[in-house]
Amino acid sequence: MKIIRQIGLIIFLTCLAIFIALPFLGKYQLTENIFTQTVSDANQQTLLKPALKSMFGKEYISNKEFISDFNKAFDGVNDEFKKRQEWDKVIYTDYTFPIVKKSSIGFVADNQQLLFFICFIGGALGGLLFMIPAMFIEPVSGIKHNDIFKKGITNKGIIAFLFAAGLIGFYILLYKAPAYITNWVLLVDPLSLKLSGSEASQWFLYGFLYCLVMTTMAVRMYIKYRHNNYELVRTTSVLFFQIAFAFLIPNIMSKLMLPSMDFKNMWPLDYSFFFDYRLNDLLAHGMLGYWMIGWGIFLFVVGVPVMVYFFGKRWYCSWVCGCGGLAETLGDPFRQLSDKSLKAWKYERVIVHSVLVFAILMTMSVLYTYFSGSPKLLGIDTYAIRETYAFAIGFVFAGAIGTGFYPVMGNRVWCRFGCPLAAYLGIVQRFKSRFRITTNGGQCISCGNCSTYCEMGIDVRAYAQKGENIIRSSCVGCGICAAVCPRGVLKLENSAEEGRFDAYLRPEEADY
Amino acid sequence: MKIVIIGNGISGITTARYIRKQSDHEILVISSESEHFFSRTALMYIYMGHMKYEHTKPYEDWFWKKNKIELKNAFVDQIDFDAKSLRTTIGEHVSYDKLVIATGSKTNKFGWKGQDLKGVQGLYSKQDVELMEENTDGIKEAVIIGGGLIGIEMAEMLNSRGIKVNFLIREKEYWNNVLPKEEALLVGRHIAEHHINLITETELEEILADENGRVKSIITKAGKEIKCQFVGLTAGVSPNIDFLKNTPLKTDRGVLVNEVLETNLPDIYALGDCAQFTNPKEKHPPIEQLWYTGRMQAKALAKTICGTPTKYDRGIWFNSAKFLDIEYQTYGLMFKEPFDDEETFYWEYANGKISFRANFSKEDGALRGFNFFGIRFKQVVADDWIRNKVNISKCMNDLNKGFFDPEFYKNYHRAIINSFNQEFPQHLVKVPKKKFLVF
Repeated sequence: MKIIRQIGLIIFLTCLAIFIALPFLGKYQLTENIFTQTVSDANQQTLLKPALKSMFGKEYISNKEFISDFNKAFDGVNDEFKKRQEWDKVIYTDYTFPIVKKSSIGFVADNQQLLFFICFIGGALGGLLFMIPAMFIEPVSGIKHNDIFKKGITNKGIIAFLFAAGLIGFYILLYKAPAYITNWVLLVDPLSLKLSGSEASQWFLYGFLYCLVMTTMAVRMYIKYRHNNYELVRTTSVLFFQIAFAFLIPNIMSKLMLPSMDFKNMWPLDYSFFFDYRLNDLLAHGMLGYWMIGWGIFLFVVGVPVMVYFFGKRWYCSWVCGCGGLAETLGDPFRQLSDKSLKAWKYERVIVHSVLVFAILMTMSVLYTYFSGSPKLLGIDTYAIRETYAFAIGFVFAGAIGTGFYPVMGNRVWCRFGCPLAAYLGIVQRFKSRFRITTNGGQCISCGNCSTYCEMGIDVRAYAQKGENIIRSSCVGCGICAAVCPRGVLKLENSAEEGRFDAYLRPEEADY
Repeated sequence: MKIVIIGNGISGITTARYIRKQSDHEILVISSESEHFFSRTALMYIYMGHMKYEHTKPYEDWFWKKNKIELKNAFVDQIDFDAKSLRTTIGEHVSYDKLVIATGSKTNKFGWKGQDLKGVQGLYSKQDVELMEENTDGIKEAVIIGGGLIGIEMAEMLNSRGIKVNFLIREKEYWNNVLPKEEALLVGRHIAEHHINLITETELEEILADENGRVKSIITKAGKEIKCQFVGLTAGVSPNIDFLKNTPLKTDRGVLVNEVLETNLPDIYALGDCAQFTNPKEKHPPIEQLWYTGRMQAKALAKTICGTPTKYDRGIWFNSAKFLDIEYQTYGLMFKEPFDDEETFYWEYANGKISFRANFSKEDGALRGFNFFGIRFKQVVADDWIRNKVNISKCMNDLNKGFFDPEFYKNYHRAIINSFNQEFPQHLVKVPKKKFLVF
């Protein structure tokens, strides 16, 4: 079994290495045909063509030079217009990504299918081969956290920092330099054509990888918690919502020429929900579009308070949400790295609620511009506010830090410190909900397993050892504290709201 | 007033915290084991890599200064009761107005030959875990002597490193001086399932050394030799009070105290593992070596020290443990055999890992206690039923009020009642209807 594990690991790493090598492979050649296909605007074609002509038919052996030449030509045209102050002629559309992707020739473009299987299917199978033997090596199910704090990957070793750097790099490429990863996107083109009817963008690749990683790591969860029905049901739920709601349905809707939408994503996590281009797109689709806007608003106006009242914020954060889904699958091996100090809690409260306020103000300014047509609110350009939010919160915080810091600060960095929706759900959970984690009288032995494995950095033990219920706005109800407790002290409950704050103590102890 | 507490375990620290809650007395806690309070119960998790030492500290390091609880890392070797002064091993003198002795336990060693060899040790303190880390580095086989709760913890620890464990117990079944036979067998099966070699009715005769003075094997009383590079001594613990022997302080196995936790000397108190009740409550042990009893004693003692003499009242007995992967909770006095005036009902799930036991009065059916294996149960519910002598039929009927397993877990209520009704038709319980969803 241990050999199978090793083989799995080798397969996974090999596939990963091939995947990482892909952007450096293949050749690039721009043709007039590609150019006219991509730059469909006839006016822009005439403006750009003279500058790009020298690239037509030229073979580049690396995407770096190709992109550099393309940008030089493109910027040259624009600079000329700017110099002559011909602002109306300046081209703002970014053609780099589609041009590079279409110009890819040679090894990668010729072997899309094969490389798809090697990189994705092979990689996933390698991962499974590595994880499945766990149930034969440890045939008796139970909490198996042996050596978590002795392995580099789960205890902030060098390998963990390398992994973090890799994740952050991936997010930077994805958001800021997708032209460099067109070879990755090419691999999912056939799938995208089948599913959504159009060629893949970097976001399709991201969605696909997200589902693949979650599925593979969900298998790990199924094995690890095979004795715990709560974890099994919950994992199935997040996986279902990711694959069906975040990936399949929006793509199928695109194919049907309908406006696509992730029906479970919710403002303010989905911060661009009220952006003009999205509203316009939905409104252009008549009744269905109106309904979709209505559903999006219903979710956070009615859905949040009602569902949080009955079930706690976990209904979203650890049962439905995509960010939560990745955190609970890919992120599970890193949950113990969250900071439990009081200081961290103080930072958390300030930061997460600030982001919520920022999200609300940003959305209000965007809507103000949408309805009034005025680009400025109190002298500030609303477009700049929205771009600042998208960059600082959407990309840096949620993406690069949120996922990139898994191996360093635990798997819920974004959810804990940054997510405005989590902050909103948390306020409801703290003040008007039935949800609580009840503790079992005097049984707590203060061992600290619960606090150690709380991904939200809640010092669960501090409550449990006093026999107090845990009612914290940040608790996402993952249920792991209850799972790891060796004395059966903790239980997630939604029973009646009355007495929610009361400690269950025997008369002998309640007295003090 | 200056209060000095020797020992920073759960008893000493809880005393300090509760004195602080009620007063402004000067408080000094002396310990040679660790700088800060940590949870002894989590030592096994440090060894297994589930946690790091820092995770076992229930309070952050700034807590003590903020609450004006002074900590001192020193070992007290002598107390001058007349001068109200302590001496530490480095010759320092510390005076006190009131003294609390909370020095905990030490590993029992029964004078076995070779008990002090390299590679032979107990498991109680932080130092023990550090030593165990060193002693078990790269070894293949280990022997554990004595089958209590520390024994099974040590077996689990060694097993997690792939070390072959031979677990020697004097009894016929694991921990059957406390557990009824069925439960003892249940745990025994689980031990075997983990490939831990439980060797029953076997006692240690001698531990043998190799040429370097390190353990190489043990000899049982039956004369059998078992090869090993490590021997864990887990035949219980006893009060750590050697430095108090031959002083005016009255001791027996532990420091003798009354129910207010006062010793025979004025202003000297003792509690926790190292204290021994002169007149223990009926059917209760004179020395209580439990986490929660230490905590409860400390709360009572803090009140006493702050001016309100308070008797320590444990209330209804309870305890819990985890045997490898099986959790155990017990409420009420549940021993090896039911008391003479009690009936006992036992139910076990088909997988042989989940069980339930209820003892109740023969005469009026009043509930006396529960044992749960692989089922979690609310303490307040069990406590309330036992305290109020609730009839067993009603308890069985209401078991759902107490189940504390996570959501979506299988519910065994119907199965337990069906079995109970067959065995005790005179206490017939209505079988509850099947619910589709339970909220």
